[in-house]
Amino acid sequence: MSAEKTGKSSVLSHALKDALIAGIVAFGLFILLLGFLTDDSRGPLQLRQRPVLLASIVGMVFVGRFLISLLYYNAPALRHWLGKLWFAICAFAARYKWQLVALMFAVAASRIYYAPQSWPLALIIVATTFIGVRFGFSAALLVFAVLFPVTFYSNPYYLGIAIIILTYVMLGWGLNIVVGLAGLLDLGYVAFYAVGAYSYAIIAQAYGWSFWVCLPLAGLFAAFFGVLLGFPVLRLRGDYLAIVTLAFGEIVRIVLLNWISLTNGPNGIGSIPRATFFGIPFNPTEAGFAATFGLEFDPTHRTVFLFYVILALALITNWVTIRLRKLPVGRAWEALREDEIAVRSLGINPTNTKLTAFAIGAMFGGFAGAFFATRQGFISPDSFTFPESALILAIVVLGGMGSQIGVAVAATVMTASFELFREFEQFRLVIFGFAMVGIMVWRPRGLVSTREPTAYLKERKKISVEHVAEGRG
Amino acid sequence: MTNAPILSLDQLTMRFGGLLAVDSLSFNAKRGDITALIGPNGAGKTTVFNCITGFYEPTSGGIRVTHDDGDSFALEKLPDFKIARNVHVARTFQNIRLFAGMTALENLLVAQHNMLMRASGYTVFGLFGLPGYRNAEREAIDLARHWLEKTRLTERADDPAGSLPYGAQRRLEIARAMCTKPVLLCLDEPAAGLNPRESDELNTLLRSIKNETRTSILLIEHDMNVVMEISDHVVVLDHGKKISEGTPDFIRNDQKVIAAYLGVEEDAVEAVEAEVGL
Amino acid sequence: MEYFLQQLINGLALGSIYGLVAIGYTMVYGIIGMINFAHGDIFMVGAFVALIAFLILVAIGITAIPLALFLVLIIAMLLTSLYGWAVERIAYRPLRGSFRLAPLISAIGMSIVLQNYVQLAQGARVKTLQPLITGVHTVLDLGNRFVVQISNIQILIILTTLALMSGFSWIVSSTSLGRDMRACEQDLKMAALLGVDTNRTIALTFLIGAALASVAGIMYLLYYGVIDFHIGFVAGVKAFTAAVLGGIGSLPGAMLGGLLIGLIETYWSAYFSVQYKDVAAFSILIVVLIFMPTGILGRPEVEKV
Repeated sequence: MSAEKTGKSSVLSHALKDALIAGIVAFGLFILLLGFLTDDSRGPLQLRQRPVLLASIVGMVFVGRFLISLLYYNAPALRHWLGKLWFAICAFAARYKWQLVALMFAVAASRIYYAPQSWPLALIIVATTFIGVRFGFSAALLVFAVLFPVTFYSNPYYLGIAIIILTYVMLGWGLNIVVGLAGLLDLGYVAFYAVGAYSYAIIAQAYGWSFWVCLPLAGLFAAFFGVLLGFPVLRLRGDYLAIVTLAFGEIVRIVLLNWISLTNGPNGIGSIPRATFFGIPFNPTEAGFAATFGLEFDPTHRTVFLFYVILALALITNWVTIRLRKLPVGRAWEALREDEIAVRSLGINPTNTKLTAFAIGAMFGGFAGAFFATRQGFISPDSFTFPESALILAIVVLGGMGSQIGVAVAATVMTASFELFREFEQFRLVIFGFAMVGIMVWRPRGLVSTREPTAYLKERKKISVEHVAEGRG
Repeated sequence: MTNAPILSLDQLTMRFGGLLAVDSLSFNAKRGDITALIGPNGAGKTTVFNCITGFYEPTSGGIRVTHDDGDSFALEKLPDFKIARNVHVARTFQNIRLFAGMTALENLLVAQHNMLMRASGYTVFGLFGLPGYRNAEREAIDLARHWLEKTRLTERADDPAGSLPYGAQRRLEIARAMCTKPVLLCLDEPAAGLNPRESDELNTLLRSIKNETRTSILLIEHDMNVVMEISDHVVVLDHGKKISEGTPDFIRNDQKVIAAYLGVEEDAVEAVEAEVGL
Repeated sequence: MEYFLQQLINGLALGSIYGLVAIGYTMVYGIIGMINFAHGDIFMVGAFVALIAFLILVAIGITAIPLALFLVLIIAMLLTSLYGWAVERIAYRPLRGSFRLAPLISAIGMSIVLQNYVQLAQGARVKTLQPLITGVHTVLDLGNRFVVQISNIQILIILTTLALMSGFSWIVSSTSLGRDMRACEQDLKMAALLGVDTNRTIALTFLIGAALASVAGIMYLLYYGVIDFHIGFVAGVKAFTAAVLGGIGSLPGAMLGGLLIGLIETYWSAYFSVQYKDVAAFSILIVVLIFMPTGILGRPEVEKV
């Protein structure tokens, strides 16, 4: 009894001590930057004091640290209960999954009965749940994606966000080949995205070729740049490669910024030809898409079309990656990530293997860039800065390196949260940065931390990530 | 079938800065033999291996491998992967280098990369799943299965290599090297860390490799049970120089070798042996 | 000739700033093998702290330049090193011994946090400080139309950098902290087994790195007179490039790399084009790494087979 009491009071005093230290540190951190505001709205730079802001932030840190410490010192008990709760939920869901589907179905049916216009929403919920229970999470995600434009046809804002998400899913999958499979740390992936976008824009404007001709060309150009960069630098190891790729990304951006005769510099390239439905433009004219198919003109047609284009591009990236993993070249990538010296001892040319990873990753980046150019109709070097590379890399690492579904989920979560909280601006970015730190601390190997073997004799066992290397390249 | 030795070292010298790791080393390894390279720690054995397999470029001297059909290759200027790919010299490593996150089977498939690469039309045909590649992959899996059986790893085929026990990892590394269909197999301390039963098994495995595949073996080993029992020819190295070579029986009784291992001058051997009661 | 010499002086001053920031990268990399992506932003925070400290000192009437400068130096080093410590504590220590890319991503996260925090706290507008240290000396006058000059601020930058460099080298080579740092650099686990408090050593490394970056921040503020929340990224990338160019993990390498990057940039701007000065710096990095894969003064990586 008394022992418990001292235990509790010591927890309290520990937490209080932690909070006090945190408060003092916070005061030191914030006293100048938050306590004062440099202001030049009235002539020369002046200071304004913000004691209330300072006090409240320091107070928040104090209270926050106190609560976290309390939780932390009680962690075993807490974890125990959370674990039990999670287990119960999982058991329930596994036992009654078909009942869940039926319930969904019933709810959806009644909803349609009372509000027939909401049938798309009901459809997507029922279909996704059914497929999810029957075929698993990936299939559910796919069905959800395919049905998405049907459901949200009347809401172009969501369609727009979905297109952005899919672009990042595709970029994530493309970079995943380089970082996740081959284990080469590429901090300049956005360069290939930029090369794709600019080559699409320039070719499409100069020659007037259609999207479907320019798209592969943009991909090839990007792949060519991948080889161009890769050839001299791929024998560098580890973080040397990282800084060189970063430098390359910056070089490309600076060249785009200054080669005005080709790229129009910081003003960017505007009025890039829009994607057409295999030659039929999306406009209200006689020859337009709507008129050709006897529909009423609606600008959403184009958005839906773009949605399916990027969905198809992303799925091609996914499919190619899955195939490549089961081919000798893909296995060589993963082997390279595990141990380059052993790879060489088996007669595999490491440079060529790395180059193919670089080129293929770059090619998909180029495709995504071409798509970006045609969707936006306008590109400028501002869209291809280092933070963009960092975001894509973060998607790959957060998703779980090498995992396709993990990357898709990470891209969705990151991009969606990024877009949906747009009105909070910098505040959102501070939270976003902290979230990146938090997720890494929580799951250093990303959301999906198993590796799927590419061949098996008897049974396909998932490989725990603790055995899997990250590569030193 | 040629009579030339499978491997022939001619005045091989390797210098790291001021350190002379291998000093004008010459020896031959006979075709179909198991040749052991022994010597005290730091004698330069692994350096010799790294020169043969191309991980180091020797300072001077020649290394020559001659295939059964008489084709002959000078290895001293070839990069490592070309030695493995074109000359078919395979190796294992002193501190095991498996692809830890890949399954045992996958490890063996990576070893057959070049064959599969050709069969997959350098990825293009493979991407669309053409039958030619599928057959090649089936054959590759069959070869892998064969070596998994030989090394008693069939049960663990679908487990990550990193999760296998130490002895199994050693065997898997040999199986992986064999999947490249080598003419010369270089084993760097294959018995290190094995218990007596496992090292007996290793002897059996190496003998069967020698007898069934006609692969010549070059072996670095400290475990004298293994060396004496299975090798046909032994080369002894000390301070980068060859101090003796011959049959295991000859080496066993060579005063120079004993002196080198005891770390004393030749004429002090008897005194030391008396001291420790031999 | 005079023009060339003048650019040499300008390049050395700029290179000193890069060098001071580069030391932070190289030390952290040497000890825990990670790219501390937030370090450039620590430099930026240092510049902001210094700016505000200056304004406070002016407001309370301390206007004697040497005294104000000294006080600002102390305040900025103290408060900025607190930032370095906090970043390490929040984002890196929980990931110690984890996978290689995890700390890299959390470092990028921290960099985003710092940039946007400063933007939120102080606004996105460029902050301008009127020149505090003025005066130039003529170094060389051959009677041509061009005169080689060195400004007081340039002298200050070069001298401060020299002093800090030698002080820091002394810490690393001759104090027990330096010995602990070198031990951690060689083998973190072994150092811990032998009783080195590795967490403390690493924290101190971050602290010192941040303090040096804050000095660089002050110099930047004095030299250019304008700062914004974005200067950290560019300076960080340059300084990291400098660290890699000199051979990451090597202290003299960081300084040498910093000077080289500064000189390359200055000369390129002077003789070719200002727009492509960064391209020149990065291209030379790539070329140097192709021929010296571990940088100029880096230990050649011996491939252990």
